[in-house]
Amino acid sequence: MTDRLITDLRDLMTAAPQAAINAAIAVSSVADGYVTRQSPLGPLYVAFNQRGVSAVDLADSPADFEQRFNDLYGRQALPVDRLPDQIERHLDTAIETGKPGRLPLDFSGLTEFSAAVLRKTAEIPGGQVRPYGWVAREIGKPGAVRAVGSALARNPVPVVVPCHRVVRSDGHLGNYSLGDPENKRLLLEAEGLDVVEYQSLSGRGIRFTGSNTTNIFCNPTCHHARRTSPGHTVEFRSEQSALSAGFRPCKVCRPAAMAA
Amino acid sequence: MTRPDLSTLADDLAADLDGAFTAYVRATADGIFSGSLRMLGDRRDAEDVMQETYSRAYTALQGYSNERIRNLKVRGWTWTIAANLSRNRLRSRARKPTAPLGALEVAATGAGTEDAALSEIGGVLQRALLDLPFPQRAAVVMRHVLDLSYDDIATALDRPVGTVKADVHRGLARLRRAYPEETTR
Repeated sequence: MTDRLITDLRDLMTAAPQAAINAAIAVSSVADGYVTRQSPLGPLYVAFNQRGVSAVDLADSPADFEQRFNDLYGRQALPVDRLPDQIERHLDTAIETGKPGRLPLDFSGLTEFSAAVLRKTAEIPGGQVRPYGWVAREIGKPGAVRAVGSALARNPVPVVVPCHRVVRSDGHLGNYSLGDPENKRLLLEAEGLDVVEYQSLSGRGIRFTGSNTTNIFCNPTCHHARRTSPGHTVEFRSEQSALSAGFRPCKVCRPAAMAA
Repeated sequence: MTRPDLSTLADDLAADLDGAFTAYVRATADGIFSGSLRMLGDRRDAEDVMQETYSRAYTALQGYSNERIRNLKVRGWTWTIAANLSRNRLRSRARKPTAPLGALEVAATGAGTEDAALSEIGGVLQRALLDLPFPQRAAVVMRHVLDLSYDDIATALDRPVGTVKADVHRGLARLRRAYPEETTR
């Protein structure tokens, strides 16, 4: 004689979904959760923990991504099917616009210098580029151009922190950490930059362009520079030549150190 | 469902929180998920409660001394968090009357994913559970779905053992009236 109600109650025990178990483990520091998102470069793997998004990567397969993540960070990456609210709300926009906005990011494993480089890089608008030296100067380390390059090469969250918008000033786009080096060009073209035109300009040694109606000079891809009609555009090879021609730097793209 | 041996878990967590946390989640997750699901009647809510429970548990454990962790009754303690979150979720749902009716959602989502016969029985019993006042529902679920001891339940719900026993008793009696065709064989 068994009590049917009691056995039926016991049968209400059910297995927790694997993705939910993974998400629960990922609240600890032993593992991060991850999801995938579409991008112009193919599926992006996006890992996160309690502090925010910790990694954005391309990989051939989930196993490949999990292995790379573990090698890099010494934690597991576990697939989950949902995100913390704050990440859910801002992730897709951040990927689409290449701008973190209010997406929380986990920079806890980075040096203060690297974090400063990434925060500055995050300010570069879509469809525009800045030289490595610009980032170095903007964070108050004008001599650290190479170190900026290394910090960006180790950017844990490419695409959402748009390191693809930081380029060499000699007409080459420079290295890119996310998959194929050509991905840098792909991303820039996808956000509307005329890469060929920019490269031909910088390849001729032109660092800045200005408008002879306003006497303001800009980074060539600055929104304001691009509004200048060709007949009024003046090209400069250096900050000094622009300044001595009586031009002042644009306050938006800050192509040169502002006079104190 | 296996009911894992939890006897060394508190010691393991005390010795190495990060090393043991995965095992702790794996050992308790089915219970936390099932219990929240049966108290709330909604898979999504249950997953939310589960997630938040482990998040709070991890944060709390980080702040506890080794001795305090070693002395924890892990399941009951975890349920202290989960029961509070489940109760709060019901309250916030009550304030938002547009939220889906829990029981119907379980019946709808359970049908495709679980054993059909089980989900049919589960559907009827689930609806009957959701008709119980929360203290009775929580006590019945913890005692008879999760097989927690009365001591653990009393701790988790912050009520005297005698009250919990009475709640289980009254809850079962109401379930038998609501679920008469299935009660004996």
